[in-house]
Amino acid sequence: MVTNEKTPRTGRTRLAVAGARAGSVSVFGKSSPGERAGSVLFPAVLLLALTLALTGLASLLVWSFVKGYPRLDANLIFNAPSTLFPATAGFRPAILGTLYIIAGVIVLIVPLGVGAAIYLEEYANRERWYNRLIELNIQNLAGVPSIVFGILGLAFIVRGPLDLGFIAASASITLALLVLPTVILAAREAIRAVPPSIREGSLALGATQWQTLSRQVLPASTPGILTGVILAISRAIGEAAPLLMIGAVTFVMFDPSFFSGGYTALPVQIYNYAVRPQEEFRNLAAAGIIVMLAVLLLMNSFAVWLRNRYEQRW
Amino acid sequence: MDESGAPAIQVDPSELHTHGHIEHSKKVFELNKVSVYYGDSKAVSDVSLDIYHRNITALIGPSGCGKSTLLRSLNRMNDLIPGARVEGEVFYHESNLYDRKVNPVQVRKLIGMVFQKPNPFPKSIYENVAFGPKSLGMKDDMDDIVEQALRDAALWDEVKDRLHTNAYGMSGGQQQRLCIARAIATQPEVILMDEPCSALDPVSTGKIEDLMLELKRNYSIVIVTHNMQQAARVSDMTALLMVELDSDEHNRWGEVIEYDDTNKIFTNPRDPRTDQYVSGRIG
Repeated sequence: MVTNEKTPRTGRTRLAVAGARAGSVSVFGKSSPGERAGSVLFPAVLLLALTLALTGLASLLVWSFVKGYPRLDANLIFNAPSTLFPATAGFRPAILGTLYIIAGVIVLIVPLGVGAAIYLEEYANRERWYNRLIELNIQNLAGVPSIVFGILGLAFIVRGPLDLGFIAASASITLALLVLPTVILAAREAIRAVPPSIREGSLALGATQWQTLSRQVLPASTPGILTGVILAISRAIGEAAPLLMIGAVTFVMFDPSFFSGGYTALPVQIYNYAVRPQEEFRNLAAAGIIVMLAVLLLMNSFAVWLRNRYEQRW
Repeated sequence: MDESGAPAIQVDPSELHTHGHIEHSKKVFELNKVSVYYGDSKAVSDVSLDIYHRNITALIGPSGCGKSTLLRSLNRMNDLIPGARVEGEVFYHESNLYDRKVNPVQVRKLIGMVFQKPNPFPKSIYENVAFGPKSLGMKDDMDDIVEQALRDAALWDEVKDRLHTNAYGMSGGQQQRLCIARAIATQPEVILMDEPCSALDPVSTGKIEDLMLELKRNYSIVIVTHNMQQAARVSDMTALLMVELDSDEHNRWGEVIEYDDTNKIFTNPRDPRTDQYVSGRIG
């Protein structure tokens, strides 16, 4: 039985404790100077690595804030860009463009990524060569440079078979293809992490494979799948290269629409401002970075909140 | 391992009715020369025995003798293991479970299973019990089904105030009784239990054993256990499996060497190996 009351330390117990401590020290002996130096040095090296990584990131952030701080105002968010009035120019079409594109990306990657992961984990027979080929290629696709996806988007989505033109929807499809491997790989990991005992328990109750999948496996793997989606969105928001290939270069001064007309996105707009010689535009670009980080943070915290709601343990 | 050199006695199932005090009114399972293979290697060989209605039937034997494999062939859980294959016939009442026309999902509705490690779903206690009936589309009032199942599993009084809390907050013994409640919520006829107490402390084990004796009135139970005392305490019939080796000792498989009333197995077995095993001299 555990009692909450602490046993009072009489002289005798104190002596016994001291004796036990003395005994344990003599049994285990002292560590050598080399061991002690190692146990200090190794964490120090690790800490240094972490510090270097964080310093790069932090200096970028600090620089953006210092440069962009004077321009952090409502105009930045609500005004259209302008080449004439850098003091009041903003990012409105670019923010909207990014939000549209990312919304499209989410709509595409969640069903496609989860569907592909379910097929590969639950239904695909790994003995078959085509399933192994698919697996191998998904891993390879995750490492393909994004500009290649830009060329793909230009050839097959903007022009070619789909022929959608230079619109935000084309950008959504292209970026979705770009980040799909990330989502598939993360979703597969999440599905695989559901213990077999959960599946067995469900099947043993007379549930079908589909019921087991939809009511046990998928709910249990939702946090992991959402993590993959978060990573994918984070990457998609920052991508500029493929967007340059598929038409986001237009200097858009009006609100974009998803299915027609020119559009731009935050990273492209930032680039657009940053390449101008005037100091004001550079500051505007720095402020734009802060806006982009804020959008990223906002979307990610929503996804994290969603993930925590589904977080489960077994 | 087998010093006596006595030949394995194949029990003729028809003999079983004649001795013993238990009324073997009705057969639930009739196994006819059942062998289970994993790929090319045989795990269980040539098992023929009958399992009776509203009895507790224990499968005992040393590790690796194929007790669990045999148990899992009774509700086609072996189908989930790639490469697993069952030969022979497993009759459940009149129908062969391994007949091509039989849907394994239908089989598992009638023959429930409780596993070695408690495996509640990562959901609330209520949802755990309700999952089976919901999956089967049972139309009765779900609250009633859940309450009845929890009462039958002797768990209701302990959890009635926290039905909607996570099942992982329960103790191991409670979790295992929840798994039993979950299994009986779908109203099966048979419950298969694969070493249900091996992860539990003696108090929880005692509760589960009491529960099994209670459930026996309405269900047929087949239990795999490595604990001979447990088999002796709860079961009506006991089958002892042993590992057999072929002549060059390359292949090993499990065989039922004796199947009889539990009393007889533990007090007056026919096979000398049974006597040695239950008295702790081999295995």
